[in-house]
Amino acid sequence: MSKKIINDAEQVVSEMMEGYVKAYEKYYEKHPEVNGVLLKERRKGKVSLVVGGGSGHEPLFSGFVGKGLADAAACGNIFASPDPNTIYETAKAVEDGHGVLFVYGNYAGDNLNFDMGEEILNDDGIKTAHVRVWDDCASAPAERTSDRRGIAGDVFVMKIAGAACDSGADLEEVKRITEKARDQLRTIGVATSPGMIPGLEKPTFELGEKEIEYGMGLHGEPGIQRTTMKPADELTETLFTNLLKDMPLEAGEEVCVLVNGLGSTTILELAIVYRKLRELLDEKGVRVYDSDLNSFCTCQEMGGFSITIMKVDPELKKYYDMPCYCPYYSKEAR
Amino acid sequence: METISIEKAKEMLIYVADKIIENKPYLTEIDSAIGDGDHGIGMAGGMQKAKTKLEGQASFDSVYDVFATAGKAMLMSMGGASGVIFGSLYLAGAKGMEPKTELTAGDLAAMERKSLEAIKERGKASVGDKTMVDALEPAVEAMEASSEKGLLEMLKEAEKAAYQGVENTKNQLAKYGRAKSLLERAIGHQDAGATSVAIIFRSMREFVEKEEA
Repeated sequence: MSKKIINDAEQVVSEMMEGYVKAYEKYYEKHPEVNGVLLKERRKGKVSLVVGGGSGHEPLFSGFVGKGLADAAACGNIFASPDPNTIYETAKAVEDGHGVLFVYGNYAGDNLNFDMGEEILNDDGIKTAHVRVWDDCASAPAERTSDRRGIAGDVFVMKIAGAACDSGADLEEVKRITEKARDQLRTIGVATSPGMIPGLEKPTFELGEKEIEYGMGLHGEPGIQRTTMKPADELTETLFTNLLKDMPLEAGEEVCVLVNGLGSTTILELAIVYRKLRELLDEKGVRVYDSDLNSFCTCQEMGGFSITIMKVDPELKKYYDMPCYCPYYSKEAR
Repeated sequence: METISIEKAKEMLIYVADKIIENKPYLTEIDSAIGDGDHGIGMAGGMQKAKTKLEGQASFDSVYDVFATAGKAMLMSMGGASGVIFGSLYLAGAKGMEPKTELTAGDLAAMERKSLEAIKERGKASVGDKTMVDALEPAVEAMEASSEKGLLEMLKEAEKAAYQGVENTKNQLAKYGRAKSLLERAIGHQDAGATSVAIIFRSMREFVEKEEA
């Protein structure tokens, strides 16, 4: 039996939402009817950014509602997409006459529900667009990019999308910039241990005591290679080599880097990974514009980490450098 | 029972909802073997919403409205892929139909055909992918082939075909969901969504049979 700190398995999402919104009541309010986290003080006269997906990956997605980031997050049950009504009501609550951009991970359930949410908004005369994040380059070959899943790359895509919305660009332009960020980044990860689904006493996948799996998805989707545990440098090098096969990097190019922990992996470990990753980037002459070491995109107590690299040009840097703030992620103006 | 009236459609869908709710532990058990284990909870929750909505509405203008109301309640509350898919099972086929106060066996078959096509279109699943389509498509085909024989006979054929579809999913690799990651380890296990479809058709047959008894 896992020692998960919950009360009633069926109430985990609603109790989490209640606590989360209360803790940050300075910034957030909960939608009165659905599981939507809304930013209280929203900038006027811009496209509204609404993110969302299944719960259980905190701080993703609700933790990215903030100034210069998302205006709202539509939250589903554990690892399940929000329903179209939750998406519709959440978006409707923050829409300001300039349309809504949705950013979410590319999963079957999310695609189905967000599409329907958009259809209902469109029936109301609200303009919408979406950018599906498909950064996990281990999840499908390059010729089937749109079959790839969205993982930690969500963070950079939401950052750029939030800044683009903040800049006052129209819906079409915001979508273009966001897609550009999405297409300039790749993520690849390694899993060392599974997370537990709250209340089900069930690991999301099984992995031997000394085994790891490269490329494994956030919910235990199959990876590219299962092997024995290796030192941090070797794990990092393997991931970096595989990422480069998909997105080659040239000397002189600039990148933003995220080393993301999957839940139980510590900042200490992430920093050791980053040390090696930086050495590899430096060797190639790739310039690092900015980096983060954090557990933004998690699956409960899942062990392991992912590396996200986003190539940035002057346009993406402009949006990356705009300030943003939320309790889990912030950037100063640069 | 030759046709389904507005009142009987409402009673039938409430009966179906009760049966799915009753089977929540069974569906959970099946889904836990190869899926997230949340199918039973999701379906029971959605069916409860559908039931509450149907019971709360005193009158409907058309039999199709009954199906659409139940479907919409599921679609708008469940979330996940199954919310859209099972909501569409009732909603997609009923949406935009010429209002009717009585549905013939042929009307029901035609409605389910329309739902099936919408589900395949939205979900991008085909027979053989180890999804609810593996039960629904043969059930719809059986309905079309037997609608001349009357409501009860048609639903008997649909139920039989749906259960055969569930059996077939045991030998399939999954194309969607968590079961996909299990590859050949999913062999031998039936799909929970297909099982729900079979329970829905079985419950419809039971309802009509009870009415005729």
